[in-house]
Amino acid sequence: MLIKPAPDILPSEITPRAVFDDRRRIVLRAGLGLAAGAALWPAAIPRARAASLGSLPSPFSTDEAPTKLDAVTGYNNFYEFGTDKGDPARNAGKMALRPWTLQVEGLVGRPRTFDIDELLKLAPLEERIYRMRCVEGWSMVIPWNGFPLAALLKQVEPLGSAKYAEFLTHYDPEIMLRRPVLHWPYAEGLRLDEAMHPLTLLTLGLYGEPLLPQNGAPVRLVVPWKYGFKSAKSIVRIRVVEKQPATAWNLAAPQEYGFYSNVNPAVAHPRWSQASERRIGEFRKRPTLPFNGYAEQVASLYQGMDLRADF
Amino acid sequence: MKKLRAPSAAQLAAIKLAVFLLCLLPAAQLALGWRADALGANPIETITRASGEWTLRLLLITLCVTPLRRLTGLHWLLRLRRMLGLFAFAYGTAHFVTYLWLDQFFDWRSIAADILDRPFITVGFAAFVLLLPLAATSNAFAIRRLGGKRWQALQRSVYAIAIMGVIHFWWLVKADVLEPLVYALILAALLGARAWWREQERRRQLAAPPPARHLQKKTIRIVPMGK
Repeated sequence: MLIKPAPDILPSEITPRAVFDDRRRIVLRAGLGLAAGAALWPAAIPRARAASLGSLPSPFSTDEAPTKLDAVTGYNNFYEFGTDKGDPARNAGKMALRPWTLQVEGLVGRPRTFDIDELLKLAPLEERIYRMRCVEGWSMVIPWNGFPLAALLKQVEPLGSAKYAEFLTHYDPEIMLRRPVLHWPYAEGLRLDEAMHPLTLLTLGLYGEPLLPQNGAPVRLVVPWKYGFKSAKSIVRIRVVEKQPATAWNLAAPQEYGFYSNVNPAVAHPRWSQASERRIGEFRKRPTLPFNGYAEQVASLYQGMDLRADF
Repeated sequence: MKKLRAPSAAQLAAIKLAVFLLCLLPAAQLALGWRADALGANPIETITRASGEWTLRLLLITLCVTPLRRLTGLHWLLRLRRMLGLFAFAYGTAHFVTYLWLDQFFDWRSIAADILDRPFITVGFAAFVLLLPLAATSNAFAIRRLGGKRWQALQRSVYAIAIMGVIHFWWLVKADVLEPLVYALILAALLGARAWWREQERRRQLAAPPPARHLQKKTIRIVPMGK
């Protein structure tokens, strides 16, 4: 009798331990959800259908209280869809999220184009609850779902000459701003060691659900120790390069937005202080922490650098 | 039509009341929104932004009175100007207090650093300080006390204040200057109209020949022909 070996189980198919242990409660909750869904039908259907992203917990997560979902999905900077904080939630729904590919090219041994559904299975998804500090002086705590960007970059095998990663984002003038408020398509960049840092997250979801368009669906970057604009949204191309790439905000106002843009309470933006921030949902401001509180993990990346000059 | 040109005292009072209530509307909206937690994810920013924009809008509306009156001949519009100006000042005060209290929570060191180091705050603060004497002299007593000419000269600083207000907004935005540009164009039109009228007036006076020297201070008797 021939016993066939079981087909390989993808890591993303393995039920996380927490979910397994919690299965009875989850089933119960799903049942309640169905009942509630039936009561609210058809309004509740899209929500019920959205596949929850099973994610592993991460030691990098903060235990601070996450910002409310409606603030995270309703108060956004995504200038392609308008410069008002409410514009992205109003307008980004026009963006088609499938088919979507992410092309990784440049100084790599194995350039490759990833389909978005391939990306979702590339590495086990983790939940990373990160602080997010906007350069404008407000902050949130957001439970992201994703995996380290390093997992993706390792697959394409960066060459020895590679020094930086450039991130190019989706631009469609049919549905996005045509006025050149910034240089379109929006581009961001990281030094390769920053890109490979375990905190740097290739992000596919938040609050356990696939990203909404206004949050940079279907795939974005999250670099928690840098100001929010470094975390490019709706990425279509990553280029591994030798020279420091041009970045959108740096092009727009080089004296205000440096390439590094690490969160730094000691370096004021020319037009406002960066010493404190307002956490969305809180009344009083709180002090801003060096590297947004991730100094222990990332400060060594910048040893010997003058962070006032390389702001 | 005639009524529109010369409303009765009762009608004017009704118009004033309506304008007063309209001017209160944005403040009421913010107050109710605050109570209902309906001002978005960052309510303090919403209030700061709205109070600032209404200050600027009311300043521009105040500056519309003279050109509108000139174009339409509706002279009673002038009777609304003081109220509009005082509402601009009220929203400016709300904007300033929001910054001091809700935004900075009376962190005087941080406030001083803002005013000294950040040009957009410097110019906004200066504009607010310049509004104070205008508001303080917006009454009949001050006009009598200062005399019409001096009072008018003082109140003309509103032109500079409006320009500073637009600069304050322009320097504040990160990249998209479309909105401040709209305010700047409206203000340019309002100030431009005044400059143009003034120039016309100057030319008219130049064009009119001055009375001949030998006729000055002499009574001219006009005698009917044929007598």
